[in-house]
Amino acid sequence: MIEPPPPSNPDPVDPAAGAAAPLRYVALTGNPNSGKTTLFNLLTGLRAKVGNYAGVTVERKEGRLKNGPARREIRILDLPGTYSLSPNSLDEQVSRDVLFGRLPEVPQLHVVVVVVDASNLQRNLYYATQVIELGYPTLIALNMTDVAESLGHVIAADKLARLLDVPVQPIVASTGQGVPELREKLVSLALNPPLIKPRLFCQLPGLFRIEATGLADLLANTFQNRPWQATAEALLILSNENALASSRTHYPPAIQSAVAAARKRLDAAKVDWRGAPIEWRYARVAEIQQAATTELAAPGETFSDKVDRIVTHKIWGTLIFLALMFIIFQCIFTFADYPMRWLENGVTWAGDQVGGFLPPGDLRDLLVNGVIAGVGSVVVFLPQILMLFTFIGLLEDTGYMARAAFLMDRLMSRVGLHGKSFIPMLSSFACAIPGIMATRTIESPKDRLVTILVAPLMSCSARLPIYTLLIGATIPDRVLGGLNYHLDLGFTRFNLFGFLGLRGLTMLAMYLLGIIVALLMAWVFKKTLLKGEAPLLIMELPPYKRPLFRVVLQHIWERSKLFLTRAGTVILGVSIVLWFLATYPRSSQREAQFEARRNAITRSFNPVTLATGPGSAAHQAAALEEQLAAIDQAEFGENLRHSFAGRMGRAIEPILIPLGFDWKIGIGIISSFAAREVFVSTMSTVYNLSDAGDADEGMKTLEQTLREQKRPDGQPVYTTLVAVTLMVFYVFALQCASTVAIVRRETNSWKWPLFQWAYMGALAWTLAFLTYQGGKLLGWG
Amino acid sequence: MPAALQPLTSLALGATGTVADIQLPAAHRPRLMEMGLLVGTKVELIRFAPLGDPVEIKVRGYNLTLRRQEAEQILVTCAA
Repeated sequence: MIEPPPPSNPDPVDPAAGAAAPLRYVALTGNPNSGKTTLFNLLTGLRAKVGNYAGVTVERKEGRLKNGPARREIRILDLPGTYSLSPNSLDEQVSRDVLFGRLPEVPQLHVVVVVVDASNLQRNLYYATQVIELGYPTLIALNMTDVAESLGHVIAADKLARLLDVPVQPIVASTGQGVPELREKLVSLALNPPLIKPRLFCQLPGLFRIEATGLADLLANTFQNRPWQATAEALLILSNENALASSRTHYPPAIQSAVAAARKRLDAAKVDWRGAPIEWRYARVAEIQQAATTELAAPGETFSDKVDRIVTHKIWGTLIFLALMFIIFQCIFTFADYPMRWLENGVTWAGDQVGGFLPPGDLRDLLVNGVIAGVGSVVVFLPQILMLFTFIGLLEDTGYMARAAFLMDRLMSRVGLHGKSFIPMLSSFACAIPGIMATRTIESPKDRLVTILVAPLMSCSARLPIYTLLIGATIPDRVLGGLNYHLDLGFTRFNLFGFLGLRGLTMLAMYLLGIIVALLMAWVFKKTLLKGEAPLLIMELPPYKRPLFRVVLQHIWERSKLFLTRAGTVILGVSIVLWFLATYPRSSQREAQFEARRNAITRSFNPVTLATGPGSAAHQAAALEEQLAAIDQAEFGENLRHSFAGRMGRAIEPILIPLGFDWKIGIGIISSFAAREVFVSTMSTVYNLSDAGDADEGMKTLEQTLREQKRPDGQPVYTTLVAVTLMVFYVFALQCASTVAIVRRETNSWKWPLFQWAYMGALAWTLAFLTYQGGKLLGWG
Repeated sequence: MPAALQPLTSLALGATGTVADIQLPAAHRPRLMEMGLLVGTKVELIRFAPLGDPVEIKVRGYNLTLRRQEAEQILVTCAA
């Protein structure tokens, strides 16, 4: 065990630096599912800063140690979960690069905390020993000791500490047990760093040791003043093919050729330089694990095993999976309804308040019809988005997500992807951005790219407002009478579609359409553009656990913050620009014309005429109102047609007519290039402008307004067929500036996001065309 | 008497074998080994996914999934 040096040699604190005393920087690392993030939350509280590493969208979580020392700020960096220091994915590469000090944005580390899952000690120690060898002051957080004990493994922490030669603190992160002691040990390591002597856990025999030592000398000469041990680094770059490839710019040619030469010599001596170090390390790790563990019970069937017998069962597993997906959609569509109505009323109320407070004019118009109506119509969908994120958070935190990947892998492999692509695609139902961010767990770059290219075809929550609006406006609220499929379970029969309305079914159809085409496109891409062998699937099925309320809440909070900041920035900006486009240029000549028409009509209903018609005064007043409203309507229509937006909408009308859309829908499509949900706020801006004269009735709901829209020939604009065509268009079109931006960042080029934008646009137009024209042929128009 | 070699996938469900040979290409082998699947390691065949692929195994006390194609290239000797 390492003894900290005596306190007679404290770190000098520069008095001039004051509050900005030098930081102590701590990395938290460990295997995936080791409870690392839970521990991170406990150590830092809820004040973590979430961002990204430069150039990649690997999530970077950093926070200040809560209850740390008074004069020193200790910052903790939560590294992505990693199985080994030989990276197999972008996530693992980032972890490795941080530990090797290769990222300029991450300061030098002072302490490394390795979270080790006590119930899965050998595989966790494999990674822990690799990290210990680097030579940082290291602390082992031996997590889930409760689970280990329930399985009959009692681990002697002191013995483990002696064998590993680093401090070990048993903890239960889910309850917080042992965390104060861990914090204490962490602070003491950070403030009084011990002297580290080089150590290697695997015994390198003969030739391998010679080669590793030679390479270590070369490394030590090339890079000086580095805190980690050259031998550990030499071992890693010698044994792992990806080590040089994934850090090509880091190692100078002299080292690259030295590695190649060493491998050649090892090959000649028939030493398996890839596998042998892994075997040696596991041999030592198994010894350590056995020496530190007392087995109280023979390994038996765990709780997770029992659950999995049902959840991954051929029949029950599939049914549970389908039922879960179905419940999620049904909840989003049904239960979110009430809070959405409340929000809707709140937005109307806010608009009325501001409208009553300000004098009529452009400013009031901008605030009420531009800002409040625009942002409000998007914020209204927050309940649905919260619900979706709750489900995804729960699925992730319980461990079901990995089972979903297990169940879906066969289907995904049909199109050349693997189960891991399923999770990003499932996340894309909430938002393509976290979905695309989730692709970083996919090892093969080509598969990752294919997944990125098709992920936005999943109907994200931004489409939900559009679907909801169009379905609400045109699809009758009916239970599907014709379908009467009974599911016979032996003991009971129930009507499969009895509780599913026509609206829910339409929604489901849109989601399915996206899924089917996404799989089809993935297959096409894998066959053509991104040909490659089927990827390997090596995936852990972590034990089930009770979801931690805090973790799920935090997940929901982070995601909804993302959504709301988007509503607050992109959508606010677009709403204002759009209001401007729909309002200007004004024409005083046109205003005077309409004013004259209004005056003429008012004059023709003079009080004398009103008085002579017995009993018809009220009737005539109503007629006057009606005619005035008609003129207002005509004026707004005229203004919109001549506005910038109207001109743009009409400019693209020729390509929209074959889809059954008019130029007002064109305005909606143009304005939602930046973000799909803007379509809804645009339509409310577009139509609220023409309704602004209807003060008596207050703000109509957008759905009603859509239903009332008529073409010049008197036919309704939003027939069911047009609404369905519009939804199909939005299933496919990549109308999302944020997705384009994130794909650019993920792929490091403009080539792929532009390609994606173009192919999805082409799909959208073509399939919308086929829907509308096909529907008309079948007589649905 | 040395027990006969057989692919991991041909174990009976719930049966345990000892890895005798990993015939995967050299580029794919290390990750499998880092996950703890080495020559001499005991593996239990848990189940196949509902659609027949992938396969779930238990190794060093945790559950791991592999595709059938890779699992077939892991040869085991059966204890019983």
